[in-house]
Amino acid sequence: MSAVTEQRTETSRDVPAGTRGRAFLSLFKALGRGWIRDRSQIFFTILLPLMFMVLLASVFGSGDTAASRIVAVGDVAVLDGADPDEFTVESASDLDAALAMLREGDADAAVVQDGSTVRIYPSATNSTSGAIASGRLSSLVDDVNLEVLSAAAPDVPVLATDVEEADGGALQPIQYLAPGILAWGVAISGVFGAAGTIVDWKRDKLMRRLRLTPASVGTFLGAKISVNLVVAVVQTAVFLAVAAVGFGLRLSAWTWFAVPLVLLGTFAFLAIGVVIGGIAQTSPAAAGLSNLVTMPMAFVSGAFYPLALSPQWVQWLSYASPMRYLNEALQSVVVYGESPAAVLPQIGFLAAFAVLVALVSWKTFKFDEL
Amino acid sequence: MDAAIEVADLRKTYRGRRTGEVRAVDGVSFRVERGEFFGILGPNGAGKTTTLEIVEGLRKPDSGDVRLLGRSPWPHSPELTRRLGVQLQASAFFEFLTVAEQIGTFAELYGAAKARAAEMLDLVGLAEHANMRCEKLSGGQQQRLSIACALVGDPELVFLDEPTAALDPQARRNLWDLMRAINDEGRTVVLTTHYMEEAEALCDRVAIMDAGRIKAVDSPAGFVRKLDAPTRVTVAAGQLDDARIAELALDGTASTADGTVVFETRDPRKLLTALASDGALEGLAVRTANLEDVFLHVTGREWRG
Repeated sequence: MSAVTEQRTETSRDVPAGTRGRAFLSLFKALGRGWIRDRSQIFFTILLPLMFMVLLASVFGSGDTAASRIVAVGDVAVLDGADPDEFTVESASDLDAALAMLREGDADAAVVQDGSTVRIYPSATNSTSGAIASGRLSSLVDDVNLEVLSAAAPDVPVLATDVEEADGGALQPIQYLAPGILAWGVAISGVFGAAGTIVDWKRDKLMRRLRLTPASVGTFLGAKISVNLVVAVVQTAVFLAVAAVGFGLRLSAWTWFAVPLVLLGTFAFLAIGVVIGGIAQTSPAAAGLSNLVTMPMAFVSGAFYPLALSPQWVQWLSYASPMRYLNEALQSVVVYGESPAAVLPQIGFLAAFAVLVALVSWKTFKFDEL
Repeated sequence: MDAAIEVADLRKTYRGRRTGEVRAVDGVSFRVERGEFFGILGPNGAGKTTTLEIVEGLRKPDSGDVRLLGRSPWPHSPELTRRLGVQLQASAFFEFLTVAEQIGTFAELYGAAKARAAEMLDLVGLAEHANMRCEKLSGGQQQRLSIACALVGDPELVFLDEPTAALDPQARRNLWDLMRAINDEGRTVVLTTHYMEEAEALCDRVAIMDAGRIKAVDSPAGFVRKLDAPTRVTVAAGQLDDARIAELALDGTASTADGTVVFETRDPRKLLTALASDGALEGLAVRTANLEDVFLHVTGREWRG
């Protein structure tokens, strides 16, 4: 027996330099395989956010750019020269019938022409498209007036307007939804991923078992975090591809910078997940708490709806949310094509947040439970 | 050569909000020689697992010293863990992996060859389940896979923490054969269990643990010998008259209850010969002292498994 032991001692002293790298690779492989085979992970991190993107893009996408639906009551001469790209015109027998259509949301505005007066009834049901319709009708009336006046006095010079659209035109829903949903998706996979994993480790003691292998805890955690980082990059690629191909989002030249932004965000969200995993004792508790954090965070961070249009208190709250900064930075870089230097403040806030929460999780975490 | 394990005066106290202070390990010392099959036997909550976890290096004791193969298990060192094999109470597996992938990953962590992983699956009888997901395995199969993972690094020292708990009797016996084989290969084995028969069947030496302390250490046979308890011989009543019973009980005691006669004797051979010649062997049962009696004697408490 002693000869055998001697020999073993000999080999154990000889630790090859690549051992750590090989241990990292095998752990990464094992954890990555587990991630891919876990259908709930794929659903929550990829499919669910994609469903939200498609749904919200369709809901918010209708309206503003389509032609205004006008109900003409009686004969409305001014509409004769209307551009069909701007107006679709229906007629109603009387004003009451027209107003009923407005209430039902079947039209954006009703118009009555009474001699030289064009009376406009914008929709109260959909006040935004009502206002748009009303504005378009006013400018149509102005155009007609201008034509009449120019014909009467051809020598009088008139002013003309030429509209240049800022940021490539009106903010399309996909332009805030793509970065918003991506930030939300990254938050979900970070928070749920870390919290769920820690609760799993409390139950299955995998971490405890691995501490007794030659691989160090650091290697194991590194492999686990790397899997999450790769997932975040895949999410970024999938979401932006769907936004570009499916919804015509034009990706800027700086789009690649979304990757480091998303990786930084993942660190912040993983840290939040570690805090939750430390508190929760069961998987349902971890999922519930993660939802409780990520869902309101998405709402106050402009993930589903532009922050600028949100109530003031929501805008104030958003300053405390890391998702806001990730969302903002992604939008600036991917949609508006600003350079990374322009989003340095957001990067700073995100990094500070990640460090702060990481410190909290480090201080509060009970390693004995693992 | 250093002993496989040397443990000196380990202490660990837990302070729970509701439970108050619990001395989980209260001055534990023992020594395990290389090649030995060493058992730690005690009821649930005796402190076996905590002791084992401190020895393995998973927990830090409040005080005391541990040497594994001559080295401290703390802090973590790849050189030491490479020589250890560990099976924890809960089967700790990577989620969603097949049996082969699971042990393959552990093999890579220990720097063992792929062939070794297949060999270990064969040893524990799981070769035909290699492509099955681990979560689909039965409790006994999971324990065997867990042991296979513990052995894949060709360890000198193997820790098994209640490997047969919650297994049916057949699966338990199969695992006993496996554990015996592991020890026969020259590996030192440390086993915790709350099954008396298991400790008796497998261990060279047993430490009886109760309430955070080791009450006594000896071989199972040594324990029973030291206890010096009489053998109990039971036969059905009605085969012997009272005078004969008194006659046979001369060197011990005899009592009649529930339709049986119970003799306690220090010379079972003589008594059994006499009963046989009387033709009074109906309902015969012979019970020698076992570790259960030892536990009662050592701790002053009835064994409750």
